[in-house]
Amino acid sequence: MDEIRRDTGVVGILPLELRGVSYEAQGRRLVDTLNLRLEPGSLGVMLGPNGAGKTLTLRLCHGLIEPTLGTVNWLGPEGAQARGRQAMVFQRPVLLRRSAQANIRHALALNGVPRSERADRTREALERVGLSPLANRQARVLSGGEQQRLALARAWALRPEVLFLDEPTASLDPAAALAMEQAVRTIHAAGTTILMTTHDLGQARRFAQSVFFLHRGRMIEQGPAADFFAAPRTREARAFLAGDLLT
Amino acid sequence: MNELSESLVLALGLVGSADATLVEIVVLTLKVSLSAVALATLLGLPLGGALALLRFPGRRPLIVMMNALMGLPPVVVGLLVYLLLSRQGPLGGLGLLFTPQAMVIAQCVLVVPIVAALSRQVLEGLWEEYGEQLRSLGSGRLQALGTLLVEGRFAILTVVLAGFGRVIAEVGAVLIVGGNIAHVTRVMTTAIALETSKGDLALALALGLILIGLALVVNGGAQFVREYAGWRHG
Repeated sequence: MDEIRRDTGVVGILPLELRGVSYEAQGRRLVDTLNLRLEPGSLGVMLGPNGAGKTLTLRLCHGLIEPTLGTVNWLGPEGAQARGRQAMVFQRPVLLRRSAQANIRHALALNGVPRSERADRTREALERVGLSPLANRQARVLSGGEQQRLALARAWALRPEVLFLDEPTASLDPAAALAMEQAVRTIHAAGTTILMTTHDLGQARRFAQSVFFLHRGRMIEQGPAADFFAAPRTREARAFLAGDLLT
Repeated sequence: MNELSESLVLALGLVGSADATLVEIVVLTLKVSLSAVALATLLGLPLGGALALLRFPGRRPLIVMMNALMGLPPVVVGLLVYLLLSRQGPLGGLGLLFTPQAMVIAQCVLVVPIVAALSRQVLEGLWEEYGEQLRSLGSGRLQALGTLLVEGRFAILTVVLAGFGRVIAEVGAVLIVGGNIAHVTRVMTTAIALETSKGDLALALALGLILIGLALVVNGGAQFVREYAGWRHG
């Protein structure tokens, strides 16, 4: 799958490193001196109860909001152009009022992809998430699961090095969630680094190579998924894994 | 009562037979108002877009001003444009006073704030919904404006129709800068005013009926656009 990489030989922008990142809104500290390191090629899952700051952390990583304190660092001189080399799928993706494939073409056009390449890349992206038969359907009338996969295809069509996914299956039924998981898996297998949030423990167990566990805006634990699930080091993580209510 | 019903019969006759005077007035009215709305849309949409998406000093006062100007009295606009275009005025050399062009200018001034203020609301709402997603996809604000105009095309169309509804029924501005000259600047509203004062109720009523019909078509069109958008895009 090397051909899908941006120009071969280009220095990557990973690892991504957050150092001492805090984010405050209306005087409340919602993300608190957070350190996070995302390695190239990894599949990271950010876990934690609602309100732990998972989505905010993704938005900080993606550069949609600026940290109040601390730094978000991408690797090397390429890091400055990190914007075009990362993509995000929102929990409730916003699709344009046009056909599924036109949504992808729009994103490609925004990123300066030459017109001649857009059709091929659009077709490829739709195929990857299994939406080819719906290419000409109006995006806004697709089902929730199809919309999620279309958003994933749109993000992936940009050939990002890193893909951020915010609760990609939160509002999907099991079949749609499975289709989404499969699509994410093939994209990761093709070489895209992934950081996703979920509060679905089963999904995290199926997916994660590394785990970032957040609670009340703080990073409580991070490390290999196997270790985290087998022997969580903190009381909060043990309680979360046991299904207890965290307060 | 008798006079009214007689006039009504005569009016319907005029409409039915496509009376030459009547047709001439209706065509000029449409030409003037459609040109004014087209011009105002070209000027008002970028203004509304800038107010919605850009942050610059003086933005808030400008928004308040645009909202206030939506209620601008047509006679006052007529007077101001009259002063600009009259022989002694700064644009007097153009010789536009008492021409259809002068009427287009005056009506355009009336519609620009409507298009700017209402499209600002539409686009700002859309930006709230789409902003993060578009930024995530790599869109700058100028590119986003293009995307949002396409996304909001149905809402924008109803904004334009609102502007058209305002000027098609407006009498003060066109009367002052146009002068209600027969065959040159006589439009529906000024003709109605004149014919009524002359006592020729038939022509006035016929024009009135057509105006009401136009209002129905415009509002029906807006309604249709909304329902079509809802049906197609959910």
